[in-house]
Amino acid sequence: MVDHTHQDIDAATGTATTGHEWDGIKELNTPLPKWWLYVLYATMVWAVGYWFLYPAIPLPGGATPGILGWSSRGAVTIDLKELQAQRAPMVAQLNKDSLQQIAADPKLAQFARAYGHSAFGVNCAPCHGSNGQGSKGYPNLTADRWLWGGTLDEISATITHGARYGDPDGHQGDMPAWGASGILNKQQIDDVANYVYSLSHKTTADVSAGKKVFMDNCTPCHGENAKGNIQMGAPNLTTKIWLYGGDKADLIQTITNGRGGHMPAWGSKLDPATIKALTVYVHSLGGGQ
Amino acid sequence: MSAIPQSGDKKPAPAASGSEEFALYESRKQIYPQSVSGRFRNIKWILLAVGMAVYYFLPFARWSRGPDLPSQAVLVDLTNGRFYFFGIEIWPQEVYYFTGLLILAAFTLFLMNAVAGRIWCGYLCPQTVWTDLFLLIERWTQGDRRDRLKKAKQPWTLETIAEAILKHSLWLMIAWWTGGAWVLYFADAPTLVKQLATFQAPTTAYVWIIILTSTTYLLAGFAREQVCLYMCPWPRIQAALTDEYALNVTYRVDRGEPRGSVKKAKVLREAGKPAGDCVDCNQCVAVCPTGVDIRNGLDMGCIQCGLCIDACDNVMRKINRPTGLIGYDTDINVQRRAEGLPALKARIVRPRTIIYVVLILAVASAMGFKLATRGSLGVDVMHDRNPIFINLSDGSVRNVYTVRILNPKGYEREFNLSLAGLPQARLSVMDEPVGGPAGVPIVAPPNQTLELRVTVTAPPDAHLPQSTPIQMVLTDAKTGETVKKNDYFKAP
Ligand code: SF4
Ligand code: SF4
Repeated sequence: MVDHTHQDIDAATGTATTGHEWDGIKELNTPLPKWWLYVLYATMVWAVGYWFLYPAIPLPGGATPGILGWSSRGAVTIDLKELQAQRAPMVAQLNKDSLQQIAADPKLAQFARAYGHSAFGVNCAPCHGSNGQGSKGYPNLTADRWLWGGTLDEISATITHGARYGDPDGHQGDMPAWGASGILNKQQIDDVANYVYSLSHKTTADVSAGKKVFMDNCTPCHGENAKGNIQMGAPNLTTKIWLYGGDKADLIQTITNGRGGHMPAWGSKLDPATIKALTVYVHSLGGGQ
Repeated sequence: MSAIPQSGDKKPAPAASGSEEFALYESRKQIYPQSVSGRFRNIKWILLAVGMAVYYFLPFARWSRGPDLPSQAVLVDLTNGRFYFFGIEIWPQEVYYFTGLLILAAFTLFLMNAVAGRIWCGYLCPQTVWTDLFLLIERWTQGDRRDRLKKAKQPWTLETIAEAILKHSLWLMIAWWTGGAWVLYFADAPTLVKQLATFQAPTTAYVWIIILTSTTYLLAGFAREQVCLYMCPWPRIQAALTDEYALNVTYRVDRGEPRGSVKKAKVLREAGKPAGDCVDCNQCVAVCPTGVDIRNGLDMGCIQCGLCIDACDNVMRKINRPTGLIGYDTDINVQRRAEGLPALKARIVRPRTIIYVVLILAVASAMGFKLATRGSLGVDVMHDRNPIFINLSDGSVRNVYTVRILNPKGYEREFNLSLAGLPQARLSVMDEPVGGPAGVPIVAPPNQTLELRVTVTAPPDAHLPQSTPIQMVLTDAKTGETVKKNDYFKAP
């Protein structure tokens, strides 16, 4: 029982107790200051304000909107706008300058690479990998071999118009299906695969039969020295880089059934500044050739 | 803190009898501390003057660092992420120096606590220092304790109104200067003063001045001891850290009691009866800035300022009794005297204080060593993870690294970046064709970090293991200063 009527003084401290007692432990009456209490009330009143200003009370069909009309989505939109405004001068410069000018201006080039890297992550990474490392069937952009050319202008053209994607300005050209169409028989395919393999691997075996098949059928695209042709997207067959794999089984697959991957034409989806930034970024990965 | 029970000296809270309810919240009792002079008061004045002089004028101290760097001795440059302290310049990646400073501050506080309890509170805490200054102004405008008590009871007159206005204006001026000095640490002080005067300073400067002006005015002018009693966590923390050897302001009960008037004491002494030295003049209570009666024993409100010692010593001198009725003393002595044993000499050197001193010295010397030996350039190497290595068309293998070169000097410097540990490989900086065994020349702009994409290419016939340790070596072309950074070259 709380006994408020009899003042109880704690012997050890000389302080009055509140009369509250639990198992012989008594509560000393050491009151907090009044202003402290009023500050607490003030914070409560202050907190109530938030219920009206901001989304607060969850109801079926959504929370109460709040007078300020604030929403997290709206806040992000504003942040994005701010970001775009911040970037605007650099983006305008990207629009204005040629690719070569951008690459020559260290500050602008740095901006373009960063801008391009983030655009790459959104648009290109699903095929080419997060840093352009590629995978089987999807070109590795960090190496030094380029199907359609690796200069700034060539990269830009590839990004804008794509390959085999319906854009009339895009890259065309397929690797025919030599086996499936019946032009070459199994033996010929095996021979030519042996020959092509020998172009990038030292061997003592006799590959003359394959060489003949190659000379008769493949040179129009890949050239007599097998160094390829970027106009047609015909790969250089003398290197150690293979888009669809370079061992013999892969080669036989490729020759038998042909190849022809698609690269979307980004020109219709991305604005020119973004394409320029992507170009500069991709070029910085391993461009040049 | 141990409260020493004393018979019948602590009066119970009001609402003593009958059916009266307890007040669960207490109205503030205004305290009118009286001025006092003496040893501890002088120490406090000196610390106050030195502390304020440093705080208010330090931003104007100059320190020449070269043409492109700020010439302010102490400057927190938030925009560029630099902190300047005389000859020391701290970059964001060196933020551990601040951690070190915080650790030092904590240990110093512990040490002070082991020596003399809440002594920080009484002498150095900004709350105490500014309150002291505000009290000085209060005394100067509205008179000492007696006058103020009298005026508080009287109705306002023209004179008291004028005094109050003068007091509050002076308070506000000091508060405003306090906030103003604060923002000067974050920008070039002379320029900012000019901007402030012509209303061209950044808005944040005004906002901070307003915030600090109002907090100073409120905390030092009005909240005062309430900050120490209710807001500050230190009294609670320090109570858990202190021990019975810490010096605390103590009323020597055995000497003081039974208290009474000088005359009564004289009569008692002549009759050969025990008589205490305390004349119950209440001077010690009147001067106390937190309203403590130290004669009741250690009190949670006591900030160890020693003013009651000064007050009581002055009384003792007047009545020709030895001083030191109130003095810095230890809990253990309080105990011993209660048991009738002689007091011990205060022991400041003891295991606890030695440990704190050793810790302080260890942290300080570690920081000093790090500061003294840190170079004037830095390099950071990050290996590209995706792809970890790149096969090139001729069968060679390339690894790409992001190399960050840090030039903390105020002038452009030429470096040479080279590779060690993999003689077959060639290092080159992307977009710059030069590269070879001698390394690549790099020009680093003043006071900046330069980020480079660096490739290392091993020839086709190198037959490297999956991982080879390598080093990036950065050499200052002029001074020959060299930093090396370890990394790995990865191969299929
Ligand atoms: S009791 Fe004495 S030492 Fe403690 S705060 Fe008051 S005046 Fe200062
Ligand atoms: S100042 Fe000294 S003599 Fe006066 S009441 Fe306090 S302890 Fe007693």
